[in-house]
Amino acid sequence: MSAVLPWSILIAQILLGGAMTFAAYRILRGPRAQDRVLGFDTLYVNSMLMLLTFGIKSGSTLYFEVALIIALLGFVSSVALAKFLLRGEVIE
Amino acid sequence: MNEIEIPTIATIVTSAFLIIGAALTFIGSLGLLRLKKFYEKVHAPTLGTTLGAGFIATSSMIYFSTLASRPAFHELLIVAFVTITTPITLMVLVRAAVFRDELESNETASSSPESEQLSR
Repeated sequence: MSAVLPWSILIAQILLGGAMTFAAYRILRGPRAQDRVLGFDTLYVNSMLMLLTFGIKSGSTLYFEVALIIALLGFVSSVALAKFLLRGEVIE
Repeated sequence: MNEIEIPTIATIVTSAFLIIGAALTFIGSLGLLRLKKFYEKVHAPTLGTTLGAGFIATSSMIYFSTLASRPAFHELLIVAFVTITTPITLMVLVRAAVFRDELESNETASSSPESEQLSR
């Protein structure tokens, strides 16, 4: 029974890695700039979930704090990018 | 891997929630890859940010509560933060997309090549 959790963690990591690959493809080949910003938004959320999965794998709560910092900085940077697309400058 | 034994029911619930959350995030990103228009693409990744983050954080909460033998609810911070901030980001982004689309349609109406270069 103790082999269930490592295998499910591996499956979840493979699925999240595929999701991060799709978001990275959307960043690289997005037809327009707003598609790239949307891909970046998806990429940081997926990497945050990947870090939570790493935290379950290693059993330490250190990864939780890294995930929280990624959530904070990713929100600020994607809002700054969207604001730049809106006006051409971030702070008016 | 960790050496500490946790009960079987907690293992099964943690594994199931983890796989469900990761699969929902995968489906959301697949929608981001496959959908055609931008206004359709905006809807897809929110599946990962709401349900995916909720399931994976619940799985992590169950695992750490069982591991430490006391309630550990700090993953609720991530769920609350992502739930609050995703609509703000997407609202600003869609407003920017509408602004750029209107700018582009106005410029194709007047059809000046320099301003088309600017809008790229």
